[in-house]
Amino acid sequence: MKKLNTLTLASAVKKLKSKEISHKELYADVSEAIAGKNKELNAYLALNTEAVSQAEKLLDTPLAGVPVAVKDNFLTVGLETTASSNVLRGFNPPYESTVTSRLKKAGGVVVGKTNMDAWAHGSSTETSDFGPTKNPNNLAHVPGGSSGGSAAAVAANMCITALGSETAGSIRIPSAWCGTVGLKPTYGRVPRTGVVAMGSSLDSPGPMTKTVEDAAILLSVIAGKDPYDATTGELPVPDYASNLKKGVKGLKIGICYMDHPQLKGTQTEKSVEEAGKLFEKNGATVEKVALSDQLEDNTILNPDYAVGVYTVVQRSEVSSNLARYDGIRYGHNRSTFGAEAKRRIMLGTFTLSKGYADKYYVLAEKVRNLYIKNFAQLFSKYDLLISTATPGPALKFGESEGNPLFGELTDLLNEPSSLSGLTGISVPCYWDKKTGLPLGLSIMANHWQEETVLRAAYLYEQETDFNPWTKEAHE
Amino acid sequence: MNRKRTSIRGRRRRMSEWEPVVGMEIHVELKTKSKMFCGCKNDPFHAPKPNIYTCPVCLGMPGGLPVPNKKAVEWTIMLGLALGCEIPLHSKFDRKNYFYPDLAKGYQISQYDEPFCVNGRVHLPSGDVRIHRVHLEEDTGKLLHKTVNGKKVSLIDFNRCGVPLMEIVTEADIHSAEQAREFLKKLYQIIRYLDVSDADMEKGTMRLEPNISVRPVGDTHLPAYKVEVKNINSFAFVKKAIEYETERHITFLEKGEKPPQETRGWNEDKGVSFPQRSKENAEDYRYFPDPDIPPIVWEQGYIDGLKKQLPKLPDDKFQEFVTMGFPTSYASLSSVSPSSVVFVETAYNLTVKKDPTINPKTFGDWLFNRPIDIETANPNKIAEELIQSRKVVSIPDEEIQKAISDVLAANPKAVADFKAGKEQVKMFLFGNVLKTLKGKGDKKKVMEILQKSLTV
Repeated sequence: MKKLNTLTLASAVKKLKSKEISHKELYADVSEAIAGKNKELNAYLALNTEAVSQAEKLLDTPLAGVPVAVKDNFLTVGLETTASSNVLRGFNPPYESTVTSRLKKAGGVVVGKTNMDAWAHGSSTETSDFGPTKNPNNLAHVPGGSSGGSAAAVAANMCITALGSETAGSIRIPSAWCGTVGLKPTYGRVPRTGVVAMGSSLDSPGPMTKTVEDAAILLSVIAGKDPYDATTGELPVPDYASNLKKGVKGLKIGICYMDHPQLKGTQTEKSVEEAGKLFEKNGATVEKVALSDQLEDNTILNPDYAVGVYTVVQRSEVSSNLARYDGIRYGHNRSTFGAEAKRRIMLGTFTLSKGYADKYYVLAEKVRNLYIKNFAQLFSKYDLLISTATPGPALKFGESEGNPLFGELTDLLNEPSSLSGLTGISVPCYWDKKTGLPLGLSIMANHWQEETVLRAAYLYEQETDFNPWTKEAHE
Repeated sequence: MNRKRTSIRGRRRRMSEWEPVVGMEIHVELKTKSKMFCGCKNDPFHAPKPNIYTCPVCLGMPGGLPVPNKKAVEWTIMLGLALGCEIPLHSKFDRKNYFYPDLAKGYQISQYDEPFCVNGRVHLPSGDVRIHRVHLEEDTGKLLHKTVNGKKVSLIDFNRCGVPLMEIVTEADIHSAEQAREFLKKLYQIIRYLDVSDADMEKGTMRLEPNISVRPVGDTHLPAYKVEVKNINSFAFVKKAIEYETERHITFLEKGEKPPQETRGWNEDKGVSFPQRSKENAEDYRYFPDPDIPPIVWEQGYIDGLKKQLPKLPDDKFQEFVTMGFPTSYASLSSVSPSSVVFVETAYNLTVKKDPTINPKTFGDWLFNRPIDIETANPNKIAEELIQSRKVVSIPDEEIQKAISDVLAANPKAVADFKAGKEQVKMFLFGNVLKTLKGKGDKKKVMEILQKSLTV
């Protein structure tokens, strides 16, 4: 019999409810995986020692008490929350984030808090003040970030499912590099209340899961209007899982970014092209969208500009968001900030300063509006845009060193959509036999179109062999 | 003695050559039930203990997000409407970034370039004052510097942190200390009429900051400097501060120097201002739109609806009293505050009901020449007293005549003086007659009979 920690969220809930398995058995296998791997992977920073007893009371809830790994920037009462920074070392939150509160109410149990780039500043989980997380598929490589701990915990079956958060790529990149599923919801679909703020106009908490179905289940739990987050949308939350099998017939899909010079002739290009063919075969209309340096009706604005725009917007917000960490009311003083946070605070302070704001922050917001306009144009033509989640497979440790903007270059493919508040998903679309490292297919849609994204991703997952957990589910 | 007179004459001369140019910044704490961006109780002055009306949002905990208080926003717009402002249909909140221990988030949520209200005007006899803008922000906490166990410490009370705070900014239209006082009185009245704040200057729920500069009379340019005076907690002190500063600036200007641009504090005991910090290098607050709060877009119909909700304002009430027949001075005293309006209206109506011959003037003559606090008095009691005081008027002429005769008989010297041409003695005798009558009798009648008796 397969170890129970390898179960998907959907099957774990089913097996718990049918009493085919017990909470004790499930948690024993998960604990064993954590005990066996966490020392090496460093996916978890804090563990919930009472998880099993909490879970046993939750059988009659929708999630039946499954163990969930939660990124360390979600405030969790009773579990230290640090956002992987020494500034918050020892911080026990006085209140619960809306997302984890909804998770708990639905019967999820926070089994532990996962490592991340400190303050979510990075795309590799190397900037954590508590050491990097390793990629479970190849220990010489980074897991991606900033939600690297959650992706690694899912990939290594150290949990049943997980939560992460994305500012630009922080869910999709580690999901692509760890070979898991990561959904970045529309900005405002999932509340930010009780999530340590990074870039407030961008931050989107979301599910990081084994399968697309799991992502759909989890999204239905955490999405929806929150009276404590003024940026959340009023739209009702559908039961995402019940609409997964609608296929892609009749959908218009654009392939974008793949004519970017950096991607020419790569495996990513090949994988995305094959995905396009698969969607076409299933009844979608698929065409390539050309990159352009200016807004034209049927082109996609060059993502290169997004790097600068994103850097300025995000650093500006960071410089302000981190101002509250003065060590007076809680936490430690500002000398405990790591190098990356200090760099971002300085850059963001500069880009908002008198005499410079017009050149940087204000200009960046203008270009950001061009991206929003561009996507609005494209989504009047296409239901979905597909691309690759990352330019290539996971980098080796240290490869990003000496290049503080490395994260942003890797984020290139996610930044335009993040700046525009769009939703997107990464699903495994390739495994390199030599390195053991995967690639992620990126599927994006207009605001609030998570359902369409999930439908396409589900079809892709069912029609290919890239997801190791769906194969098992079929057995 | 001589020197003092010279200096007064000197000041008069100087004041005819120079004029103050003053703009006001007024902060007003709104008395909403909850704070500006969270559900915490808004009652810092009655809090039994420090830091009890706090939550993750107003304490700046990680992940705390602001949600604007709708009532506070509506009240701000209503004040703007009452001040004749335009209400732009697009507005937003911005972050004003600076560090201070009483500012939990490291930034204050305020409004930078798109305030709720712009371009208003307040009409005053001494000259209109234009309103530049009215915006909404959050108050800070309070620092307490104490010695605990022999150690000097600074304590922070966050009960006030996040209380809704309106800022009203005028144009530099004020050109005398008296005009400033008049403006503030009017603004205070309007705020009281809207019932949106206690506007208590002692408690600091209303804070006054004049920006003062001085220029030659006839010059229409804004001077190239200004001095902001803080910590003023009464209208009288604003007046004093403007007078003091004007004198101080003239001393510089007469020497051909520009007074230094700075923020000064006001010492009310000594009646002087003192330097607080130099403002030569304006602080950079790195304003940017608060990403946690979506921009606010109004429909004109909504603003019109708020306009309809506006209560009658001091000017309206003043006009109503004038129309009723109150002399302007009494109309103005009657419309000072909502409670004075209610009192005067009620007392007047009750009085007239009982005695239709009483008109607004006689009512006012009686009421406003008496030490009555019309904010707290009981209108029923007052009406009754007034009626009583008029009832005693009618006593028989014989009784008056008898009193006069008695008084004249008791004061032969006075009578002789009068007859010798000392007219003023008449008032002495008149007073004695009234005393004898114990306040009864129509005074006009008494005087008539007295005159007759003396000249017989």
